[in-house]
Parts: sequence; structure tokens; C-alpha cells
Amino acid sequence: MNTIVILSVTGIAAMMSDVFKLKKALFGLSLLGLLIALVFSVYDWGQYATYFNQMVLTDNYAVVFTTMLIGITFLWFLMSKDFFSSHSSASEHYALILFSLTGGVMMTNFSDLTILFLGLEILSIALYILAGSDKGNLFSNEASLKYFMIGSFATGFLLFGIALIYGATSSFNLQEISAYVQQHNGSLPMYFYAGILMILTGLTFKVSAVPFHFWAPDVYDGSPTLVTTYMLSVVKMAAFAALYRLFIYCFAPVYEFWIPVFAIMSAVTMLLGNITAVYQKSLKRMLAYSSIAHAGYMLMALASPGGTSRSALMFYLLAYAISTLGVFNVLYQVHKVTGREEIKSVKGLFRKNPFAAIMLTLCMLSMAGIPPVAGFFGKYYMFVSTLNGGLTWLVLIAVLSSLIGVYFYFKVIIAAFQEPELENTAYYRQPSDLTVLYICGILSLLLGILPQFVAGLL
Amino acid sequence: MAAINIDHYLLLSAVLFCIGVAGVLFRRNAIVIFMCIELMLNSVNLLLTSFSNQHNDPSGQIFVFFIMAVAAAEVAVGLAILVMIYRNAKSVDIDFFNKLKE
Repeated sequence: MNTIVILSVTGIAAMMSDVFKLKKALFGLSLLGLLIALVFSVYDWGQYATYFNQMVLTDNYAVVFTTMLIGITFLWFLMSKDFFSSHSSASEHYALILFSLTGGVMMTNFSDLTILFLGLEILSIALYILAGSDKGNLFSNEASLKYFMIGSFATGFLLFGIALIYGATSSFNLQEISAYVQQHNGSLPMYFYAGILMILTGLTFKVSAVPFHFWAPDVYDGSPTLVTTYMLSVVKMAAFAALYRLFIYCFAPVYEFWIPVFAIMSAVTMLLGNITAVYQKSLKRMLAYSSIAHAGYMLMALASPGGTSRSALMFYLLAYAISTLGVFNVLYQVHKVTGREEIKSVKGLFRKNPFAAIMLTLCMLSMAGIPPVAGFFGKYYMFVSTLNGGLTWLVLIAVLSSLIGVYFYFKVIIAAFQEPELENTAYYRQPSDLTVLYICGILSLLLGILPQFVAGLL
Repeated sequence: MAAINIDHYLLLSAVLFCIGVAGVLFRRNAIVIFMCIELMLNSVNLLLTSFSNQHNDPSGQIFVFFIMAVAAAEVAVGLAILVMIYRNAKSVDIDFFNKLKE
């Protein structure tokens, strides 16, 4: 709970900083706020405490995901300093990012459907604005409008689902709903199941799973690159944490009903995401489709809940978010210098900065799931947990679609090691621009060598 | 005539919700789409209130206040986005926005 309070206070302070002429110190202030929130979040480890009339529940699951969210946002801040300085309304941008992180943290700590809804909206409304933060650019405008429309459309479904669940169980509290469902299993009204399906629809819109993925490539492609990075790492993490928490804590007694839905969704999502990504020329759009495919792998945790699926989901999200940050750091620098976001724009990276090229390779290998980097163990844990759940066919499809994935991830790696095409490849002039890439590459490698330390947490 | 019970409310809000969904899917004017999204949210409000009355439990009505507040915030942001778009494109027809698709 302290984490939520600290993050919102930091956000409000950022919003007020214009009044108090603190604009210069804002970057340091936000990082400090994030660090304090991180410390408080880790401090909650091992506790099982409820706050606000049992609406917020802090347990180890919440602590791990909260810490990951704040840590990833911290790294994101390190690579996005000039996102803020290039806009006239920097303080609002800081505030919006911090508010949306607050929403994300609420989504991992909720124990009441009210908090789930409020967290989701706090997370989303801030991002609708950020997606359109490049005001003069029609692409950014379009991304913002699409994200807004699809987001509120999905919210409508989520809310209708919540209302139906409330009607069937007369409670919004996860424990109470779960207990009620356990007791009355078999005699629940039809609209309870309709409610589960509608909540499922609303939340899978947010994680961009097929068939609710059509908005994702456009929004991820059109938004400013750094906002896309934030959406792909932090938002995806928060949405999956909430989805898993809701279905495991609340709807576990009727799991026969929703497991097949997730299994089919997962298979279709990863196949479609990977196959479409092959045809993309733009690196940003390719990463957008690959993020859809990754959502498919993550849904495997919901298709075989229980057992080790929880730690598998956590590890997969962490590995994916870290490698996304690294790759987008390169993409952002490339875009800044060349104004293009194609795969061939990274050509010549090895020539100018071999270390950066190696780090990019590590991040890409992590996305593709090749040992010895983190992504391999993410997939490995996920596949093992799904096999234990008895869904062999799903694992087979996952392995096949990973093979497709290897092809387009290697296209980027190969481009990085080729000779430069253009002479204006100056994006490696300032080594400090790529700090986050180095951090992410090394983290991916460390997580790949010693996965058991993190995976053993949950 | 049979008394009006919860099923009638359920049916009414389901119909309202479906009208909203159909509007979002088939209308082309962004403002009309916003209105349809509002209709979806309001059908949820109706449903929550009637369930709350049926269960004799006020928490459903409290939830309605949250939905109203959030819907107001959403509309504020959505209209701001539309104004920004209208300045650049001089149109709020969503068929205009397929630049990212090519």
C-alpha cells in the first residue's frame, strides 16, 4: 500500500513542479520517488496484509510484480530523458507516466474488482494521452484515437462482466466471490459464466491476444517510440499480472470453463503474431507483432494454471520486458539519427560499436528464446508448466511458432553485423545513449545463467 | 401482468449494451462512437443498480459512482484527443484514420 501512496505522491509532486519552479530537478525527483517506492515494495516481502477494507491485498505475488513494474519503469526513465526535455509540457509527461505506473501497481495488488477497474483506468487514461503526445504528427494522433476507442470499448466489456459477476455472487471481493463460487458450484446462473467471458474479453483486449489484437500493431507503431516501449513492457506486465491474479484467485473453482478458451486463444495468438511478424519491414511494427506472439506464450500460463505456472509467467514477463527495453533503446537512437525505423537501419552497428551490437544480439536471442539468455528459460519454464498441465498439443504449437520467430529475430541480428548502408550512422557517438541497452543485455545474460534465483521467488 | 423482476432489468441492460456495441462497430463518426461507448457504460450502471437493489447491498451503487467518475474522465480525454485530431486533419470521420495500415 505504501508503494501506491508514494507513487501517486511523486506523480502529484511532478504535476505541481511547474508552480514551484522545480522543473530542472524533476528527473532526479522522479527517479528518487521510484527508488523509494521500490524499497518500500521490497520491504513488503513475506507479508500478507489487506488495506482499504480488504480492497488491496499485498502478498508475495503482488510484491514481486510491483517490484518488477517499478524496476522496469526506472530503466525506462534512464533511457527517456530527452523524451521529456523535447516537450514544452515536461512535467505533465512525468506525472502521466507516474500515474499510469500507479494504476499498474493497483492492478497487481487488487483484491476487489473495484480496484481492478480503477487501476486499469488509471493506467489506460494516462496512456491515451501519452500515445498522442506527438501532437502535430497524424500517426501519433491516429494511434491515440484508436487506443482510446478500443480501450474504452474493452472497459465496457470488463464492466458488464463485473456487473454480471456481482449479480450472481453479490460481492466484488475476490475471496468472497471465490468462496461463493466454491459453495454454489453447479447451481450458478448462466449469466455468471457470461460475466467470466466478458471480463476475459475486456482484459484480453488489453494484453492484445487474438482475436482482440487488431488495434495493437497500429497503436504500437503510431505512438512515439518511447511510449511504445512503456506500453510493451510495463502495461503488458501489469495487464498479465491482473489477468492471472483474477482468474487464479477468483475463478479457480470453475477452471474447466475457462481453460479451453485460454488454450485456444494462446495457440492462435502465438501463431498469428509470429507469422505476421515475418512480413514486416519496419522494425517497430515487427516488434509490435512479436509482442502479440509473446502475449500468446504468456497466455499458456493461464491455459495450465496451478503448479509452476505462476513463476513461469513472472520469469517470462521479466525476460521479455528487459529485452524489449534493450531493443527499443537501439530503435530509438536509430530513429533519432536516421528518422527511419526499418530493420536495415541498424546496419553497421557492429562496425561502429561492437559492444552495443553484442548486447543487441543478447536481447534479440532472449526474445527468440535461445540459450543461454533469459528468454530461453522463460520459454522453458512456461513449456514445462504447460506440459505438467497436460496440454501437449499447445506446447507443440508453441515450439513450432518459436521456430518461425527465430527467423525474423535473426534478420535484425544479421543486419546489425552487416556493413553500413548510409554514412549518417552516428547513433553510436555518445555511448551514454545506450546505457540501458548495456544494462538490459547484461541482465538478460545474468538471468539466463542463474535463472533459479529469480524463478524460485514465487 | 407479471411483476417486473431482475430478469427484465438484465434484458434491458443487455439490449442497451448491444446497441452500444453495434454503434461502436458500425458508425463512422467518432463523436457518435463516443456516445455509444457512454451507452455501454450506462447500461452497466443500470445493471449494477438493479442487482444492488435485488441483493439489498449498497456496494453495487457505490461502484456506479466510480464508473460515472471514470467515464467523465474518459470523455474529457477523448474529446481532447478529437480536438487535437480535428486541428490536424479537419475531420472526425474514422475512415480517414487508416494511415498506419498500409
